Amino acid sequence: MQESVKTKRLVVRLATAAVLMFGFGFALVPLYEVFCDITGLNGKNFTQGPAAITAVDRSRTVKVQFVTVNPAEMPWEFKPTERTMRVFPGEDKVTAFYAKNPTPEWMVAQAVPSVTPSEAAQYLHKVNCFCFDRQPLDAGADTEMPLVFVVDPELPKHITTITLSYALYDLTETDNQQVTLRSQDNDKGRASL
Amino acid sequence: MSKALFLALSLIASPAWADWQLNMNEGVTALSREIFDLHMLIFWICVAIGVVVFGVMFYSIFKHRKSKGAVAEHWHENTTVEVIWTVVPFVILIGMAVPATATLIDMYDTSEADVDIQITGYQWKWRYQYLDEDIDFFSNLSTPREEIVNASAKNANYLLEVDNPLVIPANKKVRFLITANDVIHSWWVPHFAVKKDAIPGFINESWVNVEEPGVYRGQCTELCGKDHGFMPVVVEVKSEADYAKWVADQKAMKLAMAGEASKEFSMDDLIAKGEGVYNTACAGCHQLNGQGIPGAFPAISGSTIATGAIDAHIDIIVNGKAGTAMQAFKEQLSAVDIAAVVTYQRNALGNSVGDMVQPSAIQK
Amino acid sequence: MATVDVDLPHVKDEDPHHHGPAKGVGRWLFTTNHKDIGSMYLIFSLCMFMIGGIMALIIRAELFQPGLQLVEPNFFNQMTTMHGLIMVFGAVMPAFVGLANWMIPMQIGAPDMALPRMNNWSFWILPFAFLILLSSLFMPGGAPNFGWTFYAPLSTTYAPESVTFFIFGVHIMGASSIMGAINIIATILNMRAPGMTLMKMPLFVWTWLITAFLLIAVMPVLAGVVTMMLMDIHFGTSFFNAAGGGDPVLFQHVFWFFGHPEVYIMILPAFGIVSEIIPTFARKRLFGYSSMVYAVASIALLSFVVWAHHMFTVGMPLVGEVFFMFATMLIAVPTGVKVFNWIATMFRGSMTFETPMLFAIAFVVLFTIGGFSGLMLAIAPADFQYHDTYFVVAHFHYVLVPGAIFSIMAATYYWLPKWTGHQLNETMGKFHFWLSFVGVNVTFFPMHFVGLAGMPRRIPDYALQFADFNSMASVGAFIFGFSQLVFIYNIIQNVRVGEKATAQVWEGANGLEWTIPSPAPYHTFSTPPKVD
Repeated sequence: MQESVKTKRLVVRLATAAVLMFGFGFALVPLYEVFCDITGLNGKNFTQGPAAITAVDRSRTVKVQFVTVNPAEMPWEFKPTERTMRVFPGEDKVTAFYAKNPTPEWMVAQAVPSVTPSEAAQYLHKVNCFCFDRQPLDAGADTEMPLVFVVDPELPKHITTITLSYALYDLTETDNQQVTLRSQDNDKGRASL
Repeated sequence: MSKALFLALSLIASPAWADWQLNMNEGVTALSREIFDLHMLIFWICVAIGVVVFGVMFYSIFKHRKSKGAVAEHWHENTTVEVIWTVVPFVILIGMAVPATATLIDMYDTSEADVDIQITGYQWKWRYQYLDEDIDFFSNLSTPREEIVNASAKNANYLLEVDNPLVIPANKKVRFLITANDVIHSWWVPHFAVKKDAIPGFINESWVNVEEPGVYRGQCTELCGKDHGFMPVVVEVKSEADYAKWVADQKAMKLAMAGEASKEFSMDDLIAKGEGVYNTACAGCHQLNGQGIPGAFPAISGSTIATGAIDAHIDIIVNGKAGTAMQAFKEQLSAVDIAAVVTYQRNALGNSVGDMVQPSAIQK
Repeated sequence: MATVDVDLPHVKDEDPHHHGPAKGVGRWLFTTNHKDIGSMYLIFSLCMFMIGGIMALIIRAELFQPGLQLVEPNFFNQMTTMHGLIMVFGAVMPAFVGLANWMIPMQIGAPDMALPRMNNWSFWILPFAFLILLSSLFMPGGAPNFGWTFYAPLSTTYAPESVTFFIFGVHIMGASSIMGAINIIATILNMRAPGMTLMKMPLFVWTWLITAFLLIAVMPVLAGVVTMMLMDIHFGTSFFNAAGGGDPVLFQHVFWFFGHPEVYIMILPAFGIVSEIIPTFARKRLFGYSSMVYAVASIALLSFVVWAHHMFTVGMPLVGEVFFMFATMLIAVPTGVKVFNWIATMFRGSMTFETPMLFAIAFVVLFTIGGFSGLMLAIAPADFQYHDTYFVVAHFHYVLVPGAIFSIMAATYYWLPKWTGHQLNETMGKFHFWLSFVGVNVTFFPMHFVGLAGMPRRIPDYALQFADFNSMASVGAFIFGFSQLVFIYNIIQNVRVGEKATAQVWEGANGLEWTIPSPAPYHTFSTPPKVD
């Protein structure tokens, strides 16, 4: 019964391959993140924390624009205090975003950043950003949320404008459910799944 | 049978309204023309290859048929010929790839723009925010519902007209920052050769430099739900001087609207204005007659909200209803519009509550 | 459930242990015979083709004129979604699997498939899956309405309730495909008659071998992406939701990693069929057998690295766009080689034009036209004007309808005499062919024009300048749709009483399947034949 042994082995191998490909599908998720992170493609940038940049390049300025989006069902007012800044690469800059919770409930929001052009993403370092943390606001309260950033002097010369967008999401419900987990969260970086 | 009926119906029902346009538009920008030329190049290469290949094939079909006495030859290999028809297509492809790559590089121009506009896709309308001016408005389909449901004749710009078009200056680089509020949409103007997906939570950019003033029409090009086919893009390109005037007018209008919000309106004025607002912003789901669609969108006629406490009625329009398709309209409609549409809904569409609300009462 | 009773006579001499088919419904429920299972797949596919076709006619009836006449936009979106899902997963794929079941064992001289009981299971879960999918039309909120490509978040946060049943159905169909693919590979690799080396196998077997590897590689990825959807919808994850740190574009990458090989899964067996039929009716061996094999293998390999050509407008950086453009263009080379080889087979042959040959020739011409529009779509800068317009709809319908579907019809006309022992009516066959040919072109050719003129996809109503070509396309769709009734009538009428077929059936046919009687006995090649 040589043939049926061969067949059984082949079938097991093929079934294993199928299972591995299922795993590969899921592996594409972190692979995608890593790929985006390394290459800065898709405008995702996770470069945060203090950047080890020493020199300021005063030979050129870069226009940095700020854009805000309130996705569906997010009632907060949310806008940049400064729409545009002209910065020297290498220079630390500070700006702020205004947010107001007009509802009669305490709420918690999470800002999700996105950068265009995508090649610029890896050159925009957020030293400190309100998007690192969830932002709670009492009913009716407002606040100015800070952003400290620096444009890397390595930014390719042909990029003269960088736009940073924040989409502000309402995480009140999920936050309530995860209240006990929050203390274990690493508050740096984007919101955990 | 049914085919004949359909054909007959078409002859009766359709006036000679349509074009027989075969090809892409050349467009009104340097880039759109580049893309058009590339499209034509590839097209003609394909035609040429097709003529040769099908020519040989049809020749063979006519000459090498048994009924004509053809006898099959017995070869089935020829390495030389196979190498040739592998290498030659490869070379043709390189010939296509060179101009294609050049045009693609041109599209990724990142030089500084003169005007930056944030475009946000919503279900089912566009929002335009001019980043360097305080201009922010929504752009809704303005084709009357009656035309869509075949109750009246369709106008020439059927489904390609909006209440507030995007206005940009000619001969300037205009940069678009494109995102979405809910699901993925896509912003496309064929005459600009600009198409970019609007992705919720992420920002994309595109740009245009239009040479000729005019009105250019496009559509949403990513399935985004029920009214995907009903959220057109209309761009008015004005000369530099006209554009500057338009910007100044917008600012003046905004001041005027702020003033309006403190005025007192008569019931008739509110109802008249409210009907227009309703037909643009509400009828898509709640229907022209206010009957809604059972199981999907509630009726306004006889509804608890539209005939009950006025504060709840205002609230659901201003803030929407979480977890449903009822959006928050506070960003999309002015206080005057909201007051008008609330008054309309309470005193028309089969309702006659008798009360009204002034713009000053709307808290946004 | 079978309205057509395939008459397979009792085997007389081969093996005393083999019995003829069982009787009654039980025969079909419990059969492990590759011929029975092949027939069930084919009949199932034909039913699904009709259902998907009716949906297409509803779509085309609404699009006959501007304005909303027949259906609400939300129902229209359900029709376009279900039409796509049913045609892809219910009509085309099961038909090819049915042909594989019938023909592969006979073509390689094997008595049956390697895993006959799993074969039964692979089939029977399909009607179950489609019952679930079709019943969603009657659920509150209606059937899936987010396109057969079901992009998130339209298909997650904004989906109707039926999305969970859709996911369930997709899992089941995927399992069916994977089991079928394992079975096919095991059969082909381990059960060929002695003397039949890999490079002596009929091309239909080769294309199915490669297709089966594609299925094993990508159907699990589809299962992965719908599982991620399920988790986002029901378990609070955020794979595709920016709010939780996810990304809707990730969905597109994972989906199209499956989706692109999927479309090659739907065409490679067609290449195999056409590579059998043309040599038969040209009375000349297939030109360049080994290149044909290498071409199919290259197409399959390349299909893994081109997926983002479905995403050129999503905001990819330049480097990505250039890579995917080049890789996609490259597929034209092996595909071209195949087309040239088919023509070289015909050239200086001695051709006759029975119905299978008519469909095969139409395949070569019309699939090539679809290939040309595909090449145009590959040119990334131009694609910004084509993407999500009717130009794309024209492209994929050309490669799928006069492509895959015509090859399935060709295969049916070609092999049905072997299955049933009766010829189909040749005049009716030619009539079906010409009606279909006209129908298909009148339906889909104008779509190139309206797409170029600016008409987007997936819209229930359109601007006036698109009206003329749309009404033309709708007329063509009804012609094509009703002409399939000729096909069905031909089959039903002649399967039992048509002109008797010989073992050879077609004068120029070569291959093991033509060495056994028509109809093929219930059990064939219980003793392997000698192949030289």
